Amino acid sequence: MMYEVKVYVTLKEGVLDPQGSAVKNSLHHLGYEGVEEVRIGKVMTLRIEAEKDTVDAQVKEMCDKLLANPVIEDYTYETEEVVSS
Amino acid sequence: MKFAVIVFPGSNCDLDMYHAVKDELGEEAAYVWHDETSLEGFDAVLLPGGFSYGDYLRSGAIARFSPIMKAVEKAAAEGKPVLGVCNGFQVLLEAGLLPGAMRRNAKLTFICKQTELEIKNKSTMFTTGYADEETITIPVAHGDGNYYCDETTLKKLKDNNQIVFTYKDDINGSVANIAGITNENGNVLGMMPHPERAVDDLLGSADGLKLFQSIVKYWREQHAITS
Repeated sequence: MMYEVKVYVTLKEGVLDPQGSAVKNSLHHLGYEGVEEVRIGKVMTLRIEAEKDTVDAQVKEMCDKLLANPVIEDYTYETEEVVSS
Repeated sequence: MKFAVIVFPGSNCDLDMYHAVKDELGEEAAYVWHDETSLEGFDAVLLPGGFSYGDYLRSGAIARFSPIMKAVEKAAAEGKPVLGVCNGFQVLLEAGLLPGAMRRNAKLTFICKQTELEIKNKSTMFTTGYADEETITIPVAHGDGNYYCDETTLKKLKDNNQIVFTYKDDINGSVANIAGITNENGNVLGMMPHPERAVDDLLGSADGLKLFQSIVKYWREQHAITS
């Protein structure tokens, strides 16, 4: 079965995000002074051909090994079956 | 003594590293392409700076799975000197051979300048040559050099004397101003500053040469014929 997986990688809470701070400052300059925090992360979209009962374990393994760095990053993901029309 | 200079796609300090060893240090050096699998015959391993795999995903994240990295891990486990500079340091962090991770520089700019470093541990195999110096001048050139580790790890680094170099001034936001650390064993050193770019007065500093000389001195002592 074909799955589309969206992986969201974010910096762990407490890890300073220099890019996020720069974007926050820029938003303040634009007048959006209510913005208290900006955190920048990544979204990765994967298409995976896999069995239903293995796809979850595979994605988790990919995240732990390569897609995220557990020292500074957290991840979540959503898996959706691709139905061919 | 024979040094391996690992070359990843996107490495760009490999020639400087080779030049430092071959011409300034006067030892043997050879390039080893990242898809090789053996480091047989080499006494030390150098991971040069650059932008391996374009720094895609995270600096060093993809290079750490290059076939040669198994051999680098083996050399590290055998106690051979392993030095990662800049992107080489990032690869060692991603590979888990050193603790911590790199973030974007605190001020977001790419920093390229001579930097004053304090030598925190002069008894490693990389630093015995610095007995007379408190600080040295070595250039940095990086965008992701903002070292991070949690407090438990920092305490371990301090307790085991694994912090080797710190920046005299905070240049990039690194935890405890860390510029270079070793593993627990002391044979794997990762550092953001480039000692290979400071091996001759013509380059603005020759302070990096003693780091390479220290490695050779260590190796000679290990391989001295004892009767």
